[in-house]
Amino acid sequence: MKLTVNGQAHEVDVEANMPLLWVLRDELGLTGTKYGCGIAQCGACTVHMNGMAVRSCQLPVAAAQGKITTIEGLSGSDDAATTANLHRVQQAWIEHQVPQCGYCQSGQLMAAASLLSSNPSPSDADIDAAMAGNLCRCGTYTRIRAAIHTAAKAGA
Amino acid sequence: MGTLKKITRRTFLIASTAIAGGVAFGTYQYQKPTPNPLLADGMGDADTVSLNPYLKINQDGVTVITPKAEMGQGVHSMFAMLVAEELDLDWQTIKTEHGPASNAYFNVALMRPMAGFHDYDQSERANSVRAYTEIASKFLGMQITGGSTSAPDGFVKLRSAGASARLTLTLAAAQQWGVAATTLQTENGHVINPENGDKLSYTELAVAAADIAAPARPPLRDPAQWRYLGQSMPRPDIPAKTIGAAQFASDIRLPDMLHATVRMSPRFGAGIQSADTQTAAAMPGIDKIIQLGNEGFAVIANNTWRALQAANAIQVEWEAASYPPDNAGIMQLYEDSFNTAPNGTFEQTGDVDLAFADVNSDEIIAAEYRVPYLAHATMEPMSAVAQVTENRIDLWTGAQSPTGTRDMVAAAAGMSKDQVHIHTTLLGGGFGRRAEADFALQAYQIARQTAGRPVKVSWSREEDMRHDFYRPAAIARLKGLMDNTKPRALDAQIASPSIMLSMSKRAPMPALGPDQLIAEGTAGQPDQIEHIRIRGYAPELAIPIGFWRSVGASFNGFVHESFMDEMAAHKDLDPIAMKLATLGDLSEVGTKVVQKVKEISGWNGRNQANGVGRGFAYTLSFGAHTAQVIDVSMTDRGVKIDKIYCAVDVGTALDPRNIVAQIESGIIYGLSAAISGDLTFKDGEVVQSNFHNNTALRIHQVPPIDVAILENNPSITGVGEPGTPPAIPALANAIFALTGKRLRELPLNRHIDFV
Ligand code: FES
Ligand code: FES
Repeated sequence: MKLTVNGQAHEVDVEANMPLLWVLRDELGLTGTKYGCGIAQCGACTVHMNGMAVRSCQLPVAAAQGKITTIEGLSGSDDAATTANLHRVQQAWIEHQVPQCGYCQSGQLMAAASLLSSNPSPSDADIDAAMAGNLCRCGTYTRIRAAIHTAAKAGA
Repeated sequence: MGTLKKITRRTFLIASTAIAGGVAFGTYQYQKPTPNPLLADGMGDADTVSLNPYLKINQDGVTVITPKAEMGQGVHSMFAMLVAEELDLDWQTIKTEHGPASNAYFNVALMRPMAGFHDYDQSERANSVRAYTEIASKFLGMQITGGSTSAPDGFVKLRSAGASARLTLTLAAAQQWGVAATTLQTENGHVINPENGDKLSYTELAVAAADIAAPARPPLRDPAQWRYLGQSMPRPDIPAKTIGAAQFASDIRLPDMLHATVRMSPRFGAGIQSADTQTAAAMPGIDKIIQLGNEGFAVIANNTWRALQAANAIQVEWEAASYPPDNAGIMQLYEDSFNTAPNGTFEQTGDVDLAFADVNSDEIIAAEYRVPYLAHATMEPMSAVAQVTENRIDLWTGAQSPTGTRDMVAAAAGMSKDQVHIHTTLLGGGFGRRAEADFALQAYQIARQTAGRPVKVSWSREEDMRHDFYRPAAIARLKGLMDNTKPRALDAQIASPSIMLSMSKRAPMPALGPDQLIAEGTAGQPDQIEHIRIRGYAPELAIPIGFWRSVGASFNGFVHESFMDEMAAHKDLDPIAMKLATLGDLSEVGTKVVQKVKEISGWNGRNQANGVGRGFAYTLSFGAHTAQVIDVSMTDRGVKIDKIYCAVDVGTALDPRNIVAQIESGIIYGLSAAISGDLTFKDGEVVQSNFHNNTALRIHQVPPIDVAILENNPSITGVGEPGTPPAIPALANAIFALTGKRLRELPLNRHIDFV
């Protein structure tokens, strides 16, 4: 099975119906993408396929034939070492100190980045609609909203 | 600058790092100091370094050991601030590390609630007895993150560690330069001579400083001089959490590691009746399937998904449960318990029976409240990595109780405690669930059978939700009597199983008679009421229960404050006015919190002309007085929460932004329970299995939240839990204000729709 993740081509020897999530985590070692429910209810596993947010726990690897981007590749830079190179949602997340435990945050960030690429200046209601699939048991929602607004301004 | 990658790598490299020339500093000696765990394994020089294990200094600078479970509450950042404040560390380069499991990191605040005083009693006598409980806490030696104790636990201890190290480093520089130590200053990890600009880094001074005896109780800085404490500091753990680099136990990868999952009996205490694992074992990638006692199976594979698939394919019949199979039967046991002797009487003043005998029955207000069992549902399902070799066990897991986990694994393995090495990772949520050792013990049992290969055990969400140590259900029966401005009598009976008894069956922890957790939150409130009696009843069931964020107060807050609202409504009183009258002169701190929430919410009564209902509630839990107002309105899709206000007194606010985050988090956790958190039984099994049938609040349900922080309490308090209890009744009371409907059963969505 061939797939392209964060601009890199990979060949993996797995069943066609293995969800992309587990290929990323266990086969490719990209553990930034998380398992939370396995049934498309929590959003912890959100990645991009051709720029669109998808639930990797529901996407068989055989169907993951577009350009896959995970949290590790969101900045688009090999050097995530400096904050300046991060994606603007990541910068806004740091500015607003969004994460608590952090476990849901890769998914939140991927969903937020995808929202901003289709809607550069979302309202609170747009944010709520786009982010409602991403559960956060720590309750970081008010800061997520604020950070998305900040990131939107940074992109304007 | 390269900071991000550096912080990420250093902070989250979990394997213990031996430090060449590393030195550990210590302070805070008791008469017989606990050995410094950082000096084990040949790190540093045990003879010359005085005790206490919060600092490591090497060529890369200073690492602060923050021996608390970081489960989102920002405790690593807070502990680092406490040390940095006294030691003058540079926040830009601050490094934190969880450190090993060790009794040296015992929680000094753990036994404070056992001092036998009401939390609102801040008299000198009460606080000096509380201080004495630290000796008992040391004796227990438990390294525990929970009970909102981290701030009181670390407040003096961590600053002392920093101050003591600063003194010895300064003395070392003074010796080297041949000047008086009093002429020197410290700044950003250096000792400086202001006379001539000479400068030595802590790294350069560390070895010499280790030879200088550290004072046990160094003087601490005047809070007026604080640079970091009291400020909102950027948390060192956050950058890694935005780039996918934060490592939870689920993310640990070791060479040659196997992946496993479990399939355990869905009926608590019931074993395997018959099983067929053949089909499952033949599935691709399966290494083997092993039985875990008679309680279930572990599937060991080369990939987590393959293990999960095979676990589902195991054919198994389970034995019947010892408790009634469905909710009706279970709750009947609760009802029956009211006819047994009380587990304890947790408040008794005046003469309740006489007070009620004296009045017409129509003056008596009576109500029954019910709450369900609840799962913790941490975002990261339970997980642990274990490796077992001949003389050594290594466990990577998110542990709220690392010494307890270590001791239980050592006992199971017949090894000594120092052969068990706990590597505490970040926790993908804790809320009390990760104070349990079950998943770590299980990982050990599995890794024992993999011939030295490490194995990662990942639970499915379904296993996680159906094998929790639940927040117990409860039934509360209350009777009250009003005077003109406040209650005259309150008689409460609460039936809920004893968490301490359940704990004592699985952990080395005694169940000490009456369990005050049953009543905390109804009992222990600053209620200046003439006649009070609060009794607890403890039905016994084999359904495991445990500590769930705010524990007994998680339901007693709802019970007590809903009933207070009913009492106020009975006399047509404003609930805040009645609360202030009920507080009387018992707690000025509490009174100010109530006044503050009244002020920030612009409170002028529960009913608003514009179709908004307002609910008020106040709970004292974990020492923190917390008052909330919630506004709701009705939409065509149901009740919508429009705004939340909260005032909380924390004594001393160490990091305001983080306190706000914790309070918001607690409120949202409480509201999830209020609105939709549910757990029911059928055929002896938990019905709910995942987030589709046990939902939690999502972003569109969470309105803006205003938090006001007060600092009137003479004692510092934690903030992890106090936000939760009053959120639930504030919402129910708001719904009453809006609709006239008094909802006495959770979750509320059984009775009313929400947006
Ligand atoms: S793990 Fe995919 S949505 Fe929850
Ligand atoms: S930050 Fe913990 S679940 Fe979202």
